[in-house]
Amino acid sequence: MTSVAITVQRGLAGETPRDETFTVPYSEGMSLLDGLIWIRAHADATLAFRYSCINANSCKECVVSIAGKTEYACTARLTSSAVTVRPLGNKNLIRDLVTDTVPPKEKLGAVTG
Amino acid sequence: MGDAVTHLKTDVLVIGAGGAGMYAAIAAAQHGKQVLLLDKSLIGRGGATIMAQMTVAVAMGEQAPDHWTRHHADTLTAGRGLCDEELAALLCREGPDRIREMDEWGVGWTREDGHLKQVMAPGHDGPRCVFVDFLNTGPAVAKTLRAKIAKTDGIRRVSNLSVTSLVTRDGGVAGAVALDLNFGKPVTIAAGAVVLAAGGLTRLYRRNSASVNMGGESYALALDAGASLIDMEFVQFFPIGHLAPRLVGMDPIMWDPFRYKLGGRLLNGNMEEFIHNYGATDSGTYTAPRDVTAYAIVKEAEAGCGSPNGGAWLSFEHIGEATLRDAFGPVIDRLARNGIDLTTHPVEVAPIAHYHMGGIRVNEQMETEIAGLYAAGEAVGGANGANRLSGNAITEALVFGEVAGRNAAQNPNTPGWQAEWAQNAIGDIARLSNSGDNRSGLEFGALYGELQSLMWEKVGLMRNAPGLAEALSRIREMQTIDLPALHPRDTGAFALGVQEWFDLRAALATAEAITVSALNRTESRGAHQREDMTDTDADQAYNQRIKRNGAHIALDTLPVRRADIEIITSGAAE
Ligand SMILES: Cc1cc2nc3c(=O)[nH]c(=O)nc-3n(C[C@H](O)[C@H](O)[C@H](O)COP(=O)(O)OP(=O)(O)OC[C@H]3O[C@@H](n4cnc5c(N)ncnc54)[C@H](O)[C@@H]3O)c2cc1C
Ligand code: FES
Repeated sequence: MTSVAITVQRGLAGETPRDETFTVPYSEGMSLLDGLIWIRAHADATLAFRYSCINANSCKECVVSIAGKTEYACTARLTSSAVTVRPLGNKNLIRDLVTDTVPPKEKLGAVTG
Repeated sequence: MGDAVTHLKTDVLVIGAGGAGMYAAIAAAQHGKQVLLLDKSLIGRGGATIMAQMTVAVAMGEQAPDHWTRHHADTLTAGRGLCDEELAALLCREGPDRIREMDEWGVGWTREDGHLKQVMAPGHDGPRCVFVDFLNTGPAVAKTLRAKIAKTDGIRRVSNLSVTSLVTRDGGVAGAVALDLNFGKPVTIAAGAVVLAAGGLTRLYRRNSASVNMGGESYALALDAGASLIDMEFVQFFPIGHLAPRLVGMDPIMWDPFRYKLGGRLLNGNMEEFIHNYGATDSGTYTAPRDVTAYAIVKEAEAGCGSPNGGAWLSFEHIGEATLRDAFGPVIDRLARNGIDLTTHPVEVAPIAHYHMGGIRVNEQMETEIAGLYAAGEAVGGANGANRLSGNAITEALVFGEVAGRNAAQNPNTPGWQAEWAQNAIGDIARLSNSGDNRSGLEFGALYGELQSLMWEKVGLMRNAPGLAEALSRIREMQTIDLPALHPRDTGAFALGVQEWFDLRAALATAEAITVSALNRTESRGAHQREDMTDTDADQAYNQRIKRNGAHIALDTLPVRRADIEIITSGAAE
């Protein structure tokens, strides 16, 4: 079976970010999100990333930065060459690939006053 | 715990912000109540509503004369004798009002010659289904409701707040406890009335069209609060879900309308049509019911006549390129990006878990047996019986959402709260959030994957008594042994492990309810197919009800609720 190396930026807000590389089984046509889901289920159950719809590309929750470009993890296709994923640079970091993309009026802080 | 738990108070709490929850929130606010709308994902994005790409069934009578009683008759036929006929009537009768209201709010239903365009779909007696082109129905519905919510006074909304438990008091609902995902902390909510609209359960199956948030939480929360569930054995498998090659960025159930519109041919591994061998007519009409088509594909593959990945071929090769481009529009380019050229190659399709007919038992006000607790959307059981007519689910979400929100607003309870009512639920979150190291070595990914395989193989499309019994004993073992020993590895901000523990707990409770119901229904009917009992038994034309009984669940049967509705066939639109 072929595999692909996925490097992911890790760390909580306020920590010094670190890069970690995972080797993921590769099959033709798979998405970066498929790879991240595999890592969380099989390699590191602490990796944080946002997603909901997986296939439909409708929720638009899975945006990350791939090789410096903003993309949906669920439509970005993996190839057999290594890839690096980082959280969006223009949003506040929460953890790993998760940034604060919740609209301001939908935050708990906004309703507790 | 140390620090104080965040506490919120509202007249009406709505759990889940899909089509049903958003409509309920709008309706309750329009009736003068303060509403709090929560979603474990982002508001309007987490569930099935935004993913729906196809059609919405409503007797608008715009394309051709129609009447809601005809839609009702088709719904009952599809439901194989088990529809709650009053709930089905509510869905069909009020559907047109919701569709017009959505139209006023700017959803943009596709029009033709000055009227709403309505198309045929399997099981309907005429062109009845509205939609938003191209494959944009769900996103348009979700966007319209989000915009309407933003403009409606009295609705507070919070994303990434995941309800883990309902709080009840003296036979009534008092509120809920939720996990604040962004900080990994518990939140308590006091509410006069609660609308449970947290969607369906298809994530429990290995092959599914679900988002990550469709894991049966509605049913588990309701059961735990003391409400009952009905028809849990009826999980709908969509017959021609995409199988291969890997398709990204597209809903796996997208083929149906095209097959229907263009006449896509369903072929076995020998490139021969086969549905007619299973008692349905299909070639040239494509009207074989969903359950028959799903059954035929699985049986054909079992007999060694499947496509290479164990499904069937879907071929559009006999259709000209120009016609294909016209029908598929920009979708053709999205397919090309997936390396799919329909003019030269068929694709592989196979059944996929898609929708749940069963669910929370409610009356026509959408109220459960627990005072002040309402349900709406796919969470509700009954309207679709043993098999759902295509296009009925969005209508159900909008209609039932409005009814639930309106009635919840009229509920006289005032929110009351004492911290100790929620102690156990808060304790669960606190304990999981502090566990940190994973001593047992059990992993969520492996356990959830095992459950999905078990459900797919033993509680899926083809069932038999030994398989169901085996599944049930493993599910119960996972509940009593594995779940308590599972400790999240991550804690704090966006610790998905804490959420996953609750996901597994809800999945197991829901899986138990499905499996017990399936084991007890000793016949085949609609979406429930027993290999060991292939006939439909007229004496089992009843609904099965599941209720909590201490640590376990109890099952009994109820007569189907009938309604005496005369079909109105003549006359113009209304
Ligand atoms: C891919 C796909 C295509 C479909 N196409 C069609 C179609 O063409 N026509 C049709 O009629 N039907 C279709 N359906 C079915 C239909 O979309 C659904 O039945 C309907 O949208 C359900 O609406 P809902 O509001 O009940 O649930 P959902 O839209 O699923 O919303 C439920 C919400 O609850 C949230 N939630 C879950 N648990 C919790 C919790 N514990 N706390 C807080 N929030 C929670 C979820 O995040 C989600 O946002 C399709 C379904 C799918 C999956
Ligand atoms: S996961 Fe929904 S758009 Fe990517």
